[in-house]
Amino acid sequence: MTQGLAIALKAAAISLMTLAITPAFAAEGHQPERESWTFAGPFGHFDKGQLQRGFKVYKEVCSSCHALSLISFRNLAEEGGPGFSEAQARVIAQDYKVQDGPDDSGQMFERTAKLSDRFPSPFPNDEAARAANGGALPPDFSLLAKARSYESGFPWFILDALTQYQEQGPDYIHAIITGYRQPPAGVEGKPGLHYNVAFPGNWIAMPPPISDGQVEYTDGTPQTVDQYSRDVASFMMWAAEPHLEARKRIGFEAIVFLIGLALLLFFTKRRVWSNVEH
Amino acid sequence: MSGHSTFQPQNPVLKWFESRLPILGLAHSSFIAYPTPRNLNYWWTFGGILAFMLVVQILTGVVLAMHYTPHVSMAFDSVELIMRDVNYGWLLRYMHANGASMFFIAVYIHIFRGMYYGSYKEPREVLWILGVIIFLLMMATAFMGYVLPWGQMSLWGATVITNLFSAIPIVGEAVTTWLWGGFSVDNPTLNRFFSLHYLLPFMIAGVVGLHIWALHVPGNNNPTGVPVKSNSDTVPFSPYYTVKDGFAVVCFAIFFAWFLFYIPNYLGHADNYIHANPLKTPAHIVPEWYFLPFYAILRAIPSKLGGVLAMFGAIAVLFILPWLDRSPVRSATYRPLYRQFFWVLVAVAIGLGYIGSKPPEGMYVVVGRILTAYYFIHFLVILPLLSAFEKPRPLPASITESVLGSGGGTAVPSGAAAAPERQG
Repeated sequence: MTQGLAIALKAAAISLMTLAITPAFAAEGHQPERESWTFAGPFGHFDKGQLQRGFKVYKEVCSSCHALSLISFRNLAEEGGPGFSEAQARVIAQDYKVQDGPDDSGQMFERTAKLSDRFPSPFPNDEAARAANGGALPPDFSLLAKARSYESGFPWFILDALTQYQEQGPDYIHAIITGYRQPPAGVEGKPGLHYNVAFPGNWIAMPPPISDGQVEYTDGTPQTVDQYSRDVASFMMWAAEPHLEARKRIGFEAIVFLIGLALLLFFTKRRVWSNVEH
Repeated sequence: MSGHSTFQPQNPVLKWFESRLPILGLAHSSFIAYPTPRNLNYWWTFGGILAFMLVVQILTGVVLAMHYTPHVSMAFDSVELIMRDVNYGWLLRYMHANGASMFFIAVYIHIFRGMYYGSYKEPREVLWILGVIIFLLMMATAFMGYVLPWGQMSLWGATVITNLFSAIPIVGEAVTTWLWGGFSVDNPTLNRFFSLHYLLPFMIAGVVGLHIWALHVPGNNNPTGVPVKSNSDTVPFSPYYTVKDGFAVVCFAIFFAWFLFYIPNYLGHADNYIHANPLKTPAHIVPEWYFLPFYAILRAIPSKLGGVLAMFGAIAVLFILPWLDRSPVRSATYRPLYRQFFWVLVAVAIGLGYIGSKPPEGMYVVVGRILTAYYFIHFLVILPLLSAFEKPRPLPASITESVLGSGGGTAVPSGAAAAPERQG
């Protein structure tokens, strides 16, 4: 009888679990599509050409509102990044003015940026940024690719651990840039806001940031919004995780080493225990 | 305990030292000659894995603290400095952050192993209680560590959890203000959390010392739950378990490396890459995954004080587990009913974790309440009743018999142990 009770309780627990797992997709926004990224997976690496294109898009379009405050000009020439030479990075820095000082007379002054300087922000502070953007604060780009995500729900969140899918941030950025639409019939427009299928709640303060052909690519890559968004999202992923390539490379070496060590220990253990039944 | 050999140094310097401080002899009897049941399975390797993880966390943490700045306006950027400009800083920080999760994965397996094999039962009650104390210290340490990067989840997680203390009648508000060092989670809170986050791991290390001491007095439990009866039931810890634990630690390190190198942010929350902002609450405040079952229990009770009591009660009940389960049989292998209820409890704990990650609305609330009720019923009703009604299967006469069959067999281990270096 107690046996029966145990089985009944077990069955109840299992059915409860199934109930609990049924996902409640009260999707506020359209779920971003999973895109294919060069930096995904165990051997993922950045496409230098793509990062340079993404940087061009950032510089010519996004940087008028979005800061990149954690990145220095020297980072552009560092291993695992967009692959600019030091001389090229220096030339890029020369396009920017940064504030320095105080000088000997106690005055702040402007000078041309050096490799060691961070990218100057478009606004002196968050309040100025809000005032210039209808009350909305354009987020800093330095970490945005890791600071945005979307929920995949069951069973994806388990499969993602096995397949190493970590690119929800770039997916989301791509989906936002390409997600502007006319509001559906019957939905009234909102002043100062724009309809976007990927944005939670659908109304985003940022106007469509870029249009086809706006940024010139010299390497023959199509000059479309879709391509721009892929390039800038990749650039942002590098900005958020500049050591991604080193991490994956060292990870592979570490795991190969650990597997070798595990095998040696396994055979040692077998030998040591060979005369003991256990 | 009776040993296989004792430590007798031949070197005159060691002899001189040993007669003044017998620490080498202590290490020898604790980790080399220490007689260990010959039948321990791989679930027993998680103790060694946990010791390894504690060392990993302390070493990486000490170096991280050299580069970290505990100030609300600098903490976030100092973590990014570690990630970008400190040599291998990304490795240290991801190792430390994912190491915390690995620590909890290992400790949950270790706790459930203790439950399955009845390792909390007489004469190991104190050993078990010390383990629960370590678990509590770990939770406090991990919680305060998550606040340090000063992202959105750091701030808001800290706000939610510290606010729990305001549920205490009369003095609650005063206690919360005292914990914060102000009127909200702010710079003084971050400072003291950093200080305590650095202190608690050494307290954990101290209690781990007591935990091992309390283990070595009665000796290990084992998968049969039958106590050690003769030398043939045991093997010396070294080389048998040093090599077995070593193999398990390296296998666990491979699992760890997968997270550390390939999916380092999988167990974290994207919002924690946004600088803490006291004026903007995240859409869903969720704690780290290892707190989710307790978070679900907290939210299952409609009253704030009730929820807090239930959450702490969920851990408090573990302290009295040795006296709730009255069955004289330790191992679930010989307890047909307990074994089923054990697996239901595992499923309920995982279910509570899932509920904890979901917003408290609709079906999630109902399911959360049922699972919470079951959690307490398991310990307070089912376990005491089971010991009265369950009919255990017959136990083997000894560990040796369970391994070799009732035919007996020779007492190989003690003989083999005399000269392990000459085997094979």
